[in-house]
Amino acid sequence: MSDATLTRAPARPATLLVRGAHVVDPVERIDALHDVLVRDGEIAAIGAAGDLRPDGAEVVDGGGRHLLPAFVDPHVHLRTPGQEHKEDIETGTRAAAAGGFCAVLAMPNTTPVVDTAPVLGALLDQAARDARVPVGFLGCITRGMGGQDLTEMAELADVGAVGFTDDGKPVADAGVMRRALQYQRLAGRVLALHEEDPTLSANGAMHEGAVSARLGVAGIPSVSESVLVARDCQLAGYEGGRIHLQHLSCVASVEAVAAAKAAGVQVTCEASPHHLTLTDEDVAELDTRLKMNPPLRTAADRTALVDGLRDGTIDCVATDHAPHARDEKEVAFEQAPMGTTGLETAFAALHTELVVGGLLELGVLVDRMCAGGVPFGVAQPRIAVGQPANLTLVDLGRRWTVGENGYESRSENCCFAGRELQGRVLLTVAAGAVAYRERSFALTAA
Amino acid sequence: MRHLLSIADLEREDIERILDRAAAFEQIADREVKKVPALRGRTVLNLFYEASTRTRSSFELAAKRLSADVVNFAASGSSVEKGESLKDTVLTLGAHSPDAIVIRSPHAGAAALVAGWTSASVINAGDGKHEHPTQALLDVHTLRSKLGALDGRSIWIVGDIAHSRVARSNILAFREMGAHVTLVGPPTLMPRDIEALGCAVRYDLDDLREADVVYALRVQRERMDGKELPSLREYAARYQINGRRLHPRQVLMHPGPVNRGVELSGEVVDSPQAVITMQVRAGVVVRMAVLFELLAGTRTDSPARLREPQPA
Repeated sequence: MSDATLTRAPARPATLLVRGAHVVDPVERIDALHDVLVRDGEIAAIGAAGDLRPDGAEVVDGGGRHLLPAFVDPHVHLRTPGQEHKEDIETGTRAAAAGGFCAVLAMPNTTPVVDTAPVLGALLDQAARDARVPVGFLGCITRGMGGQDLTEMAELADVGAVGFTDDGKPVADAGVMRRALQYQRLAGRVLALHEEDPTLSANGAMHEGAVSARLGVAGIPSVSESVLVARDCQLAGYEGGRIHLQHLSCVASVEAVAAAKAAGVQVTCEASPHHLTLTDEDVAELDTRLKMNPPLRTAADRTALVDGLRDGTIDCVATDHAPHARDEKEVAFEQAPMGTTGLETAFAALHTELVVGGLLELGVLVDRMCAGGVPFGVAQPRIAVGQPANLTLVDLGRRWTVGENGYESRSENCCFAGRELQGRVLLTVAAGAVAYRERSFALTAA
Repeated sequence: MRHLLSIADLEREDIERILDRAAAFEQIADREVKKVPALRGRTVLNLFYEASTRTRSSFELAAKRLSADVVNFAASGSSVEKGESLKDTVLTLGAHSPDAIVIRSPHAGAAALVAGWTSASVINAGDGKHEHPTQALLDVHTLRSKLGALDGRSIWIVGDIAHSRVARSNILAFREMGAHVTLVGPPTLMPRDIEALGCAVRYDLDDLREADVVYALRVQRERMDGKELPSLREYAARYQINGRRLHPRQVLMHPGPVNRGVELSGEVVDSPQAVITMQVRAGVVVRMAVLFELLAGTRTDSPARLREPQPA
């Protein structure tokens, strides 16, 4: 597949020397102390700690810190156009940079939805003015996300759509899904699928299980997801199409993907930080910040997701960053909109629960957080000489409380709010330019 | 030859024999009196279950130029509307002892069914999305007059392959005549495994320059469910044959009727590369040749004739 083109506002190429940081890059098989010199936005040299001279470059003290390839999030909602009271391109990409992300891919369920080339063109123009980190936009699979008529996918791809999705809704009709897979041969670009049979999820507000039974809240059964996962894996296999399954949440979905991959189906998938760290027990207080779709499921589901992330069945982490205004979430649980923000907390939450928690190696987490763009033609960031600088400097020991200093995002509906996490992003370099510096993080000039 | 049901039943020599005869009939079309007595006293029955202007009139004209009697039977306004089955209609009309039945039906295999129910020669004038053999013969005839032999020629059939009986007959005919056939169209209108017919499949016109002949198909909106294409606009952007895409040395064909601005732009319809009216003209002489092939001379080899009421 051809490379995706991402867009961001003009930014000054960085020239800086990160000195003595512990560099971890699983792709480049680096796991040691190094100096990394960035000159004019490109990684110019990697040397033993203390070996490189700044030669005019700004010096960043990496001592006691980790330097990682910056992350790529294949699933965010920037809410532009039409819902800018929740988020816009500027605030959303600022949140991304604060979370260590160097690129994000935005979903098209906006107002209007991104189902025609002119809407996409206007978004790209706006991103070229406002985006702090490079952004790619997906177009809709069906017109108006109505699930019936294909969009002009070939033209949308020509204008710059990095993929197609009706995210927020499934393509419920199997015949339409099949046509979309056929049309992919013409349009190219992966189909990213929100898997949910609406006749099974019905009016559910949380995972269907013991907790929903106790609370008397209508449930969303796991099978509402896994039956569509299985269906679309079979359709993709039959049509030779390529699909990316969004935000998997349950055991049966992971098993269906593993079976499809073993059978040679071109399928990739993602899991969200909240599904990898929280369960439906956390919803017991009916905090609307923990209401999302798919819902938080059982401990067994969470374990299957972590195992899948470790063994590669799940290719990448995606935040499904879904901002909602305070007044929209300050309602009864069943009335609240689905979604949690996630960009600013993704790495810290996963580091705390999975790496510190002993479930996942740091290198594997870094790989899965960097791999999200690959299904869409966005190269995985690497720390290697000659590569554009996509770097994030983190303090893995630093503990902080989510929300203590507010958020970069316009919205504050974060499911981790109030939790103490370990691991803090200090600096993000995206496509060669500094996109974020943590407030308390002092930089010392050479 | 007793029937013409499918191009698959024809060898290359059969096609050449019929088209050589069609070429001989061409001079008749230029005479003041465009009629020869070859089939005088024979009866040709046109049995059309689908709307058709050019094919039906072309068969009618062909039969009349050979001095045959023609009966036109259209499904609308007939016993068919009163619920008569295809078989009963054929048996009833068989009582008139037609020598040939020309049938057009919306269903694949209809012509072959009729052939089993009558002693007349049956000519398939289009059965569903399956075949349209006389169209393929007239297309080969047109190309032979324009280019000579088709051996080694590259012919690209562009458009709605899924709904096209013309494509299916032409793939067989062009291949039988030694041409290389490439199918191009939206993946949603490309039948699965169509490559098994011995043709290449593509989804874009990027290498259209390779083609000697560009055969555009009509976008058959009436046969679609509305979901195959995002829009006619996107179809035209990707697959319309227009002045920018068509090379001066290429030959442009279309089975008609043309949707101007969809599969063909107006300028190419009227361009010197287009042989669309040649195809229509070839239709009459080729159908004359087919009728002659099937009806000329006495025929005693028909077991089916025994089932027919014998004249006293």
